[in-house]
Amino acid sequence: MQQTKRRSFPIHIVVFLAPAVLLYTVFMVIPLINSLRLSFFALGNQSQQTFVGLQNYIKLFTDNNFAPFFWRALRNNFVFFAVHMLVQNPIGLLLAALLAEGGRIRNFFRTVIFMPTVLSVVIIGFIWQLILNPLWGVAEGILESVGLGAWFGPWLGKPETALITVSLISVWQFVGIPMILFYAALIGIPEELMEAARVDGASAWEAFWRIKFPLILPTIGIVGILTFVGNFNAFDLIYTMKGANAGPDFSTDIMGTLFFRTFFGQQLQLGNPTMGATVAAMMFLIILTGVLLYTFLWARRVQTYEM
Amino acid sequence: MKTTSYSRPWQSVERVLPIVILTLYAIIALFPIVMVLMNSFKAKKAIFGAPFTFPSSETFSLIGYETVAERATFHLYFLNSAIITSVALILTLFIGAMAAWALAEYDFPGNTLMALYLSLGIMIPIRLGTVGILRLMVDLKLVNTLTGLILIYVAQSLPLTIFILSQFMRQVPRDLKDAARIDGASEYRIFGMVLPLVRPAIGAIGIFTMIPIWNDLWFPLIISPSAKTATVTLGVQQFLGQFVSDWNAVLASLTLAMVPILILYIVFSRQMIRSITAGAIK
Repeated sequence: MQQTKRRSFPIHIVVFLAPAVLLYTVFMVIPLINSLRLSFFALGNQSQQTFVGLQNYIKLFTDNNFAPFFWRALRNNFVFFAVHMLVQNPIGLLLAALLAEGGRIRNFFRTVIFMPTVLSVVIIGFIWQLILNPLWGVAEGILESVGLGAWFGPWLGKPETALITVSLISVWQFVGIPMILFYAALIGIPEELMEAARVDGASAWEAFWRIKFPLILPTIGIVGILTFVGNFNAFDLIYTMKGANAGPDFSTDIMGTLFFRTFFGQQLQLGNPTMGATVAAMMFLIILTGVLLYTFLWARRVQTYEM
Repeated sequence: MKTTSYSRPWQSVERVLPIVILTLYAIIALFPIVMVLMNSFKAKKAIFGAPFTFPSSETFSLIGYETVAERATFHLYFLNSAIITSVALILTLFIGAMAAWALAEYDFPGNTLMALYLSLGIMIPIRLGTVGILRLMVDLKLVNTLTGLILIYVAQSLPLTIFILSQFMRQVPRDLKDAARIDGASEYRIFGMVLPLVRPAIGAIGIFTMIPIWNDLWFPLIISPSAKTATVTLGVQQFLGQFVSDWNAVLASLTLAMVPILILYIVFSRQMIRSITAGAIK
């Protein structure tokens, strides 16, 4: 039981909390609120702010200079997210299930497979640019060696394939995160449960889907929401590989790159802080919606078993 | 035991198949990294002529590293990254531990609300406040300084640190703290006493805080893009942009940027993974 000491508010609690609350509030919460607020303003010639209500949003959704970019970035971002959900997370689950058996070799694999995840996205982006570069011919050489040479193409350069290619590179880098989270959940399942299933004659495959899978449902939700937040906040990889213009022909443009371009401008277009803030506010709304859906629709319904 | 009903060949497939899949995937994970490391030590001709072989006495060359040493100020970038990461890390851990302790130990009015407020930042990325942060940095004259970046990274890392550490601090046995209180120790003394007890958690969180800070491109690019304050990640990004056609230099700089983090990871990987699996992060 915690003791309550409620006379005057104890000073030591203030001392313990103040630095964290202060830094977090000043450098994160207030700027975030200010950014959201700025999305309701426009900057005049003398950079004076005037309140414009929802006009920035209307502009973002309908104006010819903004709307096509916004809707494309939003759609691309959902594709980016879908690739992660359909490729990264199932592979992560598969690897985790295989690793969870334990043993020395598996611990080695665990370390190796997680390795790309700790590297900077900038490094990963450049590495894959080199690997996929037809000039170096490494990717082509490998495909040829397994008889698939005809498949190879300048995937990063073509608008039809660039987005999927970039998404898969991101999957390659971050598969370690779902893997390790699923792994942690799987090794938490008591051995007796699996023992009981084995006695009942269940195969490993059946035991996995009937017993382990339902038990790790909460983790699936967490992985899903982490993927969502990470993907709708992504920027580095596309900026590194395709620049702020997210080429070719904006085919890899996602919310993060759109935000950067709108805020800072690019060759032909001046930077626009208030429209940038509007894009950021949309990202905020999207992420918030995801988090709320997760909290109220998933986390509330999925039963967490005490193990 | 009659526990398994299937026949022998199937059993051995079940034993071998996981290892085959894991091996294949490990190759996929490692291959691009190895290609860069390996080829960074080769002459240009060999990079293109025989990309899949290890450097031999004939193909070995350090030309890429020489170019990087001449043209780029990597030592400065490393220094900047090291300062930013270590100062931000120490501040985050200390300040975070203090707040976590307050939330875990004392039952004061508004405790839950405070915990909720501080954990908002776990899910809401700090990047979304960039417009506001840049303005604040301009007002505080912290643009193109390491201090500015450090403050941002501390704010960014605090929520998760506090959340995880407070869970660990709740597990510190009551008796220990009560005994100290009876002996008349101040609350600050008790905090100092508890801190070493959660050291494993602090270590794990340290690694998880460090990696995103070291790897970040966004804030150096926006808040501190000057050559003097560039971090390794930003420096590599800009250097590579200029030297795209010099393959030796590109491969060498990628290797230089990669190796410190890889070494750190290999040294700490056990602790890091153990901390996740011990339920530190759930």
